[in-house]
Amino acid sequence: MKAKKLSRRRMLRGMLGGTAVAVGLPLLDCFLNDNATALADGRPMPVRFGTWFWGLGATNGIFVPQKTGTSYDIPEQLAPVARVREHVNLITNLTAFRDGEPNLCHYSGWVIGRTGAAPKSGGQRPGETIDITIANQIGRTTRFRTLTAAATGDFRNTVSYETPNAPNPPEISPMDFYARLFGADFQDPNSPEFKPNPRLMARRSVLSGVMGEIKSLEKSVSASDRERLDQYFSGLRHLEHQFDQQLTRPEPIAACRAPPKLSSDLPMGGEADMVKVRHRMMTELMVMAVACDQTRVFNMSYSNAQANTTRAGFDKPHHTTTHEEPIDGTLGYQPHCAWFAHRAIEEWAYFVEAFTKIREGDGTLLDNVLIYANTDHGDARIHSLDKMVAFTAGRGGGRVKTGLHVDAEATGVSRVGYTMLRTMGVEVPTWGSKSNMTSSPLSEILV
Amino acid sequence: MRQRVRPIAVGVVAVAAIGAAAAVGVMNGNREPESKGTPASLRLLTEQQYLNTVMYVFGPNVKPTANFAAVPRIDGLLNSGTAVAGITDTQLEIYQKTAGKVAAEIVREESRGYLVPCSPAATNAADPECARTFLSQVGPLLYRRPVPPERLDALIDEANEAAASLKDFYQGLSVAIEGLLLSPSVLLVAEHSEPDPERPGEQRLDAYSLATRLSLFLWNAAPDAQLLKAAESGELHTRRGLERQVDRMLASPRLETGLRALFDDMFAFEQFATLAKDNLIYPIFSGETAVDAREQTLRTVVDHLVTRRKDYRDLFTTRQTFMSPSLAPIYQVPAPGPGWEPFEFPADSPRAGLLTQVSFLALHSHPGRSSATMRGKALREVFLCQDVPKPPPNVDFSAIQNPDPNIKTARERVNFHLQDPGCAGCHRITDPMGLTMEAFDGSGGFRQTENDAPIDTSGNLDGVEFTDAAGLGEALRDNPQLPWCMVRRAFAYGTGTPSAENDRRVLEYLSERFEADGYVLPDLLREIALSRAFSKVYTRRERVIHPLPDLKSAQRPSQLTVATEPASTAPQTLTSR
Repeated sequence: MKAKKLSRRRMLRGMLGGTAVAVGLPLLDCFLNDNATALADGRPMPVRFGTWFWGLGATNGIFVPQKTGTSYDIPEQLAPVARVREHVNLITNLTAFRDGEPNLCHYSGWVIGRTGAAPKSGGQRPGETIDITIANQIGRTTRFRTLTAAATGDFRNTVSYETPNAPNPPEISPMDFYARLFGADFQDPNSPEFKPNPRLMARRSVLSGVMGEIKSLEKSVSASDRERLDQYFSGLRHLEHQFDQQLTRPEPIAACRAPPKLSSDLPMGGEADMVKVRHRMMTELMVMAVACDQTRVFNMSYSNAQANTTRAGFDKPHHTTTHEEPIDGTLGYQPHCAWFAHRAIEEWAYFVEAFTKIREGDGTLLDNVLIYANTDHGDARIHSLDKMVAFTAGRGGGRVKTGLHVDAEATGVSRVGYTMLRTMGVEVPTWGSKSNMTSSPLSEILV
Repeated sequence: MRQRVRPIAVGVVAVAAIGAAAAVGVMNGNREPESKGTPASLRLLTEQQYLNTVMYVFGPNVKPTANFAAVPRIDGLLNSGTAVAGITDTQLEIYQKTAGKVAAEIVREESRGYLVPCSPAATNAADPECARTFLSQVGPLLYRRPVPPERLDALIDEANEAAASLKDFYQGLSVAIEGLLLSPSVLLVAEHSEPDPERPGEQRLDAYSLATRLSLFLWNAAPDAQLLKAAESGELHTRRGLERQVDRMLASPRLETGLRALFDDMFAFEQFATLAKDNLIYPIFSGETAVDAREQTLRTVVDHLVTRRKDYRDLFTTRQTFMSPSLAPIYQVPAPGPGWEPFEFPADSPRAGLLTQVSFLALHSHPGRSSATMRGKALREVFLCQDVPKPPPNVDFSAIQNPDPNIKTARERVNFHLQDPGCAGCHRITDPMGLTMEAFDGSGGFRQTENDAPIDTSGNLDGVEFTDAAGLGEALRDNPQLPWCMVRRAFAYGTGTPSAENDRRVLEYLSERFEADGYVLPDLLREIALSRAFSKVYTRRERVIHPLPDLKSAQRPSQLTVATEPASTAPQTLTSR
């Protein structure tokens, strides 16, 4: 059973006896302690973890700064990041080691970045991805253990796997995402009224019968199918947990403001301007979901690996362009490809900035967040797995330094993932397998 | 009525099933070879199967939006992917939300009168009798077998308790409906086996599992009451009873729904959900065009195969189809309508067969241009069940010369690949017929030039040469792989197992039958449904793999990863890392 502790939530519940009572509660920083580094009941601000993904990397020649450290130069394609440079770290010259496995184009690179292991074939799906490992550590108290969204409009584009057979389906429609987060089941933590819906109690009560059915089914199936039944069972537990949450008066959260209702959706398609609008709508929703403590782990994809983002009126999608566009003799790179990459970097800056716009405690939401952004290739034109780039953003509750450009000197991309795990409190001596196995975090960015 | 010419040997099978056991094991060309059957599997009910089922059980007004999670495509079919797809928390949220919508629709004041077969004594209190009447009627139709009595009692109790606490009979009932619809017996298709009394040592599907396999195969929905009754009475396990039910199902209007689902899966039409074209380059192609393109092909398929009972292979040469107002501009024909009308392309039209329909041409193209390689690859993979290798992983793209901006046509463009031996191998598989389809742009519109240069549409398919897309259709029609592939896909689809796991001799036997039946698809479905391999099952052998030391979340229930054998044939199954 749950430990009964005398939290503000329990106090309020006891006082109000679960009935609808309007209480004029001030919603601001009085819910924080005096120096605004923790919640009023003494719990520290939760530290959250997120990921961001974009396909086909950057145009390294106009992206990678010459200098490292804090006062690095900003080449042309990095320009959008200048706006948020004090909040991010840029890590360049990373390598994804194949270990004799094939270079599965647009696949090996990001899978190694998120699992620390090189896949053997395109049919071998990633195992548990880094977001899930962290979510299982820090995400079990919130309404959602993890949230995954993609701006691509394609429900198959996900970078989050529970197991090889259980990818987390991404949210692709801002309207549906809104409904899931802030629709009828959302409990505004700052609402002066709290009236548990008696229907929820009844709904919750049918779940135990369903769990019993799974148990009896388990006896007659094979071991691999039993694992799937276990997933079904945990899913029911998850529903139970969500109902419990809805039946409990939430703690006020100063930063939480449910966004206005979305009642129309965007058209389909991967055209860059459309993707940008979709990405921004999804970002606003995701940021508020984090601010409202609906989840502590989140994933956002701007484009898919092998990005098929298109440019209006231009016949080649981003990926096709990488292989078919001539390198401009004067510029020294493929100009259309650079255009696509630039759009992705612009959206990364937007994503980071969105977290800085929410005040939390004496800083911003981003101070208590750690975000890891990765991609599939170093130079997409030749499908290279070296000279890959990655970002981190946020200070992770003061555990990470920011504002740095780190040259990883061709060491493994799994070092970034390992650094994330350690920072988020997953105490593992190593991460990854074979050459990607590392016990060496990026010490430059650790406090 | 259809005429069917059946060799005498089939009659012998029927006799054998009745009791002439001496015939067992005797092999000849016209008899189904002995096989180990197919594995009993645990599949996820697909979104469409769920929706069809609730519609058949509760009526056409019950059609919730669902958005079930995507499943992997295995060996050409999503249906095979349902046998390995896992279940996430998000998926359970979706199941719960969908169940809530169905329940709300049933008890809505406007619908409860005809969807609930009894009226409660009072609407503001529990009525155990009425709850029992309703739940015992719909329960088996959703469970696809009798609901265990203790489970039924528990559901009725839940309805009663909820009705009492909410002071509303119908709200109470809706809570029990939600519980029913969240059941693994509804959302998972768990096939149960039993010893075959006529063949000691062998296992067969139990009657309810067989009924479910049949109805998902032929109707893409749960069994109706009549089929469940045939399972209950044992009729389904007799040759004659099975034939009666299969023929009834094939004659039902639900067959059309089933056939649409089969071809929607085989043709990878789920990709239409994300299909969009660049509206500067193809201003005529709208979201409605995409919807209608899919519908046009499915209408053509159903009309050709079911209504007219024509040769499957002629789908690739037929000029008969259907036209809608939003497709007419792309086909450059007068708009019909409003709505759909039968349409026949004239004999001199470049359009003949499925390969020249907008669905195929637009789906296998980029948003802003056509793709000879994607179309050639899709032709081989979708219609011929061949695997086109992915681009070589370690290809050095820098070896390909910097592209020349003066190139005008796709033929010149893909010609690069043929100069590089590393690329040529695969591009020779896809491009010679893909380039023929260059007569159609990325939206499916006919054209004679690309960038003002004339398009050369000559090509060949496995040694057969042609000069245009109609010729390609003829060559595909006569390709022996075409009906073979249809048999493979239909059998894998019907049994819910990847065809790589299926017995080749059984597939060859079914192919012979398909040919003898004149490539009439409903007859093939009948052969499959009646085959012993369809109902005979075996348990997959499992091997336990100890994974490499690897990070796993502490909450993971087991440290062992289990793989099914043979793992190599099912690329999406669990393997150790």
